[in-house]
Amino acid sequence: MANGAQDGSRLVQVQAPAQRFAYLQAAVDDAAAEGQRGEELLIPLLQAVQGKFGYLPAEDLAAVAEILHVPLSRVYGVATFYNQFRLTPVGKHIIRSCTGTACHVKGAQMLRDALQAELGIAPGQTTPDGRFTWELVACLGACGMAPVIMIDDEFHGRLTPQQLPRILRTYSA
Amino acid sequence: MAADEAAKAGFRTAAAPQDWVRLSVDGRELAVPPGTSILEAARRAGVEIPTLCYHPELTVAGACRLCLVEVEGARNLAAACATPVQQDMVVHTESPQVVEARRTVLELLLQNHPLECYRCERNGDCRLQDYAYRYQVEAPRRPGAVRHFAPDDRNPFFVRDYDKCILCGQCVRVCDEIQAIGAIDYTRRGFNTQITSAYGQGLEEAGCVFCGMCVDVCPVGALVPKYALGAGRSWEKTWRRTICPYCGVGCAIELAVKGGRIVGARAAHDSPANAGKICVKGHFGWDFVQSPDRLTTPLVRRGGKDGPLEPASWEEALHRVARGLAEIREQYGPDALAVLSSAKCTNEENYLMQKLARAALGTNNVDHCARLCHASTVAGLATAFGSGAMTNSIGDLAQAQVLLVIGSNTTEAHPVIGLRIKEAVRRGAKLIVADPRRIPLTRYADLHLQLLPGTNVALLNGLAWIIWKRGWYDAEFVAARTEGFEGWSRAVEPYNPEYVSKLTGVPVQALEEAARFYAQAERAAIVYSMGVTQHTSGTDGVLAVANLAMLTGNLGRPGTGVNPLRGQNNVQGACDMGALPDVLPGYQKIEDPAVREKFGRAWGVRLPERPGLTVTEIMDAAARGQIKGLYLMGENPVLSDPDAGHVQQALQRLDFLVVQDIFLTESAALADVVLPGTTFAEKEGTFTNTERRVQKFMPVIEPVGAARPDWQILLDVAERLGHRWDTRTPAAILDEAASLTPIYGGIRHRRLGPAGLQWPCPTPDHPGTPILHTQQFSRGKGLFYPVTYRRAHELPDEEYPFILSTGRLLFHFHTGTMSRRSPELTTHRPWERSEINRQDAARLGLKDGDVARIRSRRGSVLARVEVTDRVPPGVVFMTFHYRESAANLLTAAALDPVARIPEFKVSAVQVEKVAPEQAPAVPEEYARCMRPEARV
Ligand code: SF4
Ligand code: SF4
Ligand code: SF4
Ligand code: FES
Ligand code: FES
Repeated sequence: MANGAQDGSRLVQVQAPAQRFAYLQAAVDDAAAEGQRGEELLIPLLQAVQGKFGYLPAEDLAAVAEILHVPLSRVYGVATFYNQFRLTPVGKHIIRSCTGTACHVKGAQMLRDALQAELGIAPGQTTPDGRFTWELVACLGACGMAPVIMIDDEFHGRLTPQQLPRILRTYSA
Repeated sequence: MAADEAAKAGFRTAAAPQDWVRLSVDGRELAVPPGTSILEAARRAGVEIPTLCYHPELTVAGACRLCLVEVEGARNLAAACATPVQQDMVVHTESPQVVEARRTVLELLLQNHPLECYRCERNGDCRLQDYAYRYQVEAPRRPGAVRHFAPDDRNPFFVRDYDKCILCGQCVRVCDEIQAIGAIDYTRRGFNTQITSAYGQGLEEAGCVFCGMCVDVCPVGALVPKYALGAGRSWEKTWRRTICPYCGVGCAIELAVKGGRIVGARAAHDSPANAGKICVKGHFGWDFVQSPDRLTTPLVRRGGKDGPLEPASWEEALHRVARGLAEIREQYGPDALAVLSSAKCTNEENYLMQKLARAALGTNNVDHCARLCHASTVAGLATAFGSGAMTNSIGDLAQAQVLLVIGSNTTEAHPVIGLRIKEAVRRGAKLIVADPRRIPLTRYADLHLQLLPGTNVALLNGLAWIIWKRGWYDAEFVAARTEGFEGWSRAVEPYNPEYVSKLTGVPVQALEEAARFYAQAERAAIVYSMGVTQHTSGTDGVLAVANLAMLTGNLGRPGTGVNPLRGQNNVQGACDMGALPDVLPGYQKIEDPAVREKFGRAWGVRLPERPGLTVTEIMDAAARGQIKGLYLMGENPVLSDPDAGHVQQALQRLDFLVVQDIFLTESAALADVVLPGTTFAEKEGTFTNTERRVQKFMPVIEPVGAARPDWQILLDVAERLGHRWDTRTPAAILDEAASLTPIYGGIRHRRLGPAGLQWPCPTPDHPGTPILHTQQFSRGKGLFYPVTYRRAHELPDEEYPFILSTGRLLFHFHTGTMSRRSPELTTHRPWERSEINRQDAARLGLKDGDVARIRSRRGSVLARVEVTDRVPPGVVFMTFHYRESAANLLTAAALDPVARIPEFKVSAVQVEKVAPEQAPAVPEEYARCMRPEARV
């Protein structure tokens, strides 16, 4: 009796979860099978969402909150705490620009300004056409080639702002 | 319940003193119960350890590290708030090592803190500032980056200044643990950590109810009410304790006063009624006290009925009142007079008002707005138990294992009781909500029984049928403590689940489930309110509730009971004090000669014998010309009574109308004499909250202008009618009331501490009664009174296809005259938003914010609509807070045959879309409060 609220068997007639969230229920069952329950399920569920979409769509976060009976603010707080979770869809290609010391000395800031102008987005965002996601990272470990950016798994070193448009053009939409 | 579970649930396990842990704190020897933290132990010994993230009413976070102390023999410093005491522990709270560590913590905080104390609201009352001073921490020179985020001031209530936030997390915990909303949490990480809602959306979208409890717990100036900005330094304000003037919870609050004006409010932590909790109205709803619209002088109508109301002296006004009333009495007899007392006034004032009617005017025509909300409770529970009040206490609800909440939108109408229900759920209780609407409480419910409006009796009988037929009832209790079971069971016979499901629209399986939950629990409580009472079958509904509780033996023990939630802050007291036509104070029947004899002797008069008229009957009699003179105190029937158009005509027809109020209300505008009374903040007296707790309060400010406390006015009027009463103070008035009222027999002003006293309290040494009917019912045996389902007086048809239900909103109160004068409340909810279901709206072409004409057989109003699935198809919901969209023009004065309560919860209406330009304008006196200059 004392555990009524925690046992997850609430009977409230919420509208049957849309088909789209069935995968979450499956993830709950899997994690529960491993003995996880209640709020311990939060991270496994977020991983399931990200596994499916590559990021955390807002409606799915709301569904996670609903399923676990935790406030959305908590779900969002956890999602923004861990590096591994993304709240926006990733573009087809990921650009990582280095903010490390060597690159900094060799003009990484100019490169970033140029990227910003070229892509029309700020670091951490994705272009509206879904082509690029742009992130800032600490040293990429290629200091010899500074300044460096990485696109998907290719390095582009000793880069000048002028070279950028030609390089970006070669990554398909 | 296992011990650890019990501890988790918040019960401290009781240990005998010999098992207590002994320790030393700063050389002081003490013994405390096991499980006590070092911090709490030290506080008991009078040693104040500094804290930033600790709050005694919240879980321990151990986040700020300011409470570090040295424990001899331990390798590291320990966080006092999170470390339990151990036998023979030796603790040093201010050793050099400790002080050094605290300085470091404070330096790090100041590193990222704007040093703007000069303009900070909390200057002088800020824990960071206090500790930085106490430990003489130097202002940092800021080598590194300083965080800067724009403040969040998107809501009308308070500002969150991220730069001042020290991330103690108290606001997060209070919102999650006490308010159970969880609007905010820590988001992002490291340097960028902030307390925000999900996606940084506005607090309203995040479900915030603007209780402001987060503001109250913030130890620094990061959360500040907008009203406080620039309104006074902490040392210029004094905090004075009083009782919230809004709902029947009766929260103890504190008002900040500067230069004779109220400049702020917060919860008080010393009354068991609210135990430190508060809602948005208590926190932000006090502006009306100082509104420029307050009546500051008496007014009299000069030059006949069509003449103007003009300022007058008290002398002239009181003379006119006495003469006007006396003339009518002489010419037409005392029963041509009537008075309406007030659930907003004190016990003392209600006592005087009914005494004035009975002893000075000679009529029993005295009533008040309780008729409109809980007359059926008083009638029904008096029949079943012998006493018409909440059986258990507010705090007690959290002990229930199952809660059945029926016809009570608790989180909006009685918000702080709503918190207790959420607390019970948090402790593992099952919650069943029976309501036609998907009210906010359904979010916490295990079961929502979405019954059709007006089918409570069928539902309750149906649950009882299942419990009875399945043999789940408490036969022992029924046999030992009740009577009438036989007759009752015959009446319930037809209410099988299939039939009940057809009547109520609730699926059979949900009925079975609800009955099983309720019957299984060892402690189950029923909470109900106007959704049960405001029907033509209101008294039957109350009786059906009582039957269900008796059937399962859920009475007379903690965590059980039948708990009607009373609407106004003193509606319980107004009833207790006999502001009712058929009973004298303490529900002593006027028809009983012995009772009349007792009061007659005490008052030195012969009391009128026949019960008087009720509110609705008074209005009818006035319309017919039978009632010629009416004295209204703090009531505005033009807006609050059913069929408002009819009420207006009735008041116009009177020969003489006196209105005593704080504003020139719609009713006052029709008066011959208007007497300026005072608000709760300007007077002394007692209020009795919904759990029968009599609480005393003192004036916080002086009366505005020439206004006078209502008890003084009543004494003056009585005197001019030839009755000089020598009870010249509220304490003396209550003494007299108590001497004649057994249930108040032991209640005296001087006995009333912060916790007040719960009646019955028959003798001066009686401790009060938290739970009624523990050994036997007030009437001896509990009575099973058979009730059967009757249809509502009016059902939808082709012409009027919708059911209109009326009720309240969290952010406003009653007819809005108080709450709509708060800049915060009125900016947040400026106008009516009648709720209509998505499907219906689509059919009528209505979108959110569109304007609709809602029409019943009695009248029609215009209102903006909100398209929602809170109401089911076929139902429209309106509040009665907005006079420009007055719902009571639509409701009918169809009455419950016993309690004469009107059926506010069911009327048939039609809805049509009209042009947006037809949106009713916000009345100027409230529109003004939304402008920026409102707060100067
Ligand atoms: S005002 Fe109340 S509901 Fe809103 S965030 Fe603060 S604690 Fe939560
Ligand atoms: S806003 Fe106040 S209560 Fe909330 S975390 Fe910041 S400092 Fe603490
Ligand atoms: S719950 Fe009621 S009494 Fe308490 S603060 Fe709110 S309105 Fe006032
Ligand atoms: S600093 Fe840019 S790659 Fe190392
Ligand atoms: S008060 Fe103990 S860690 Fe904050």
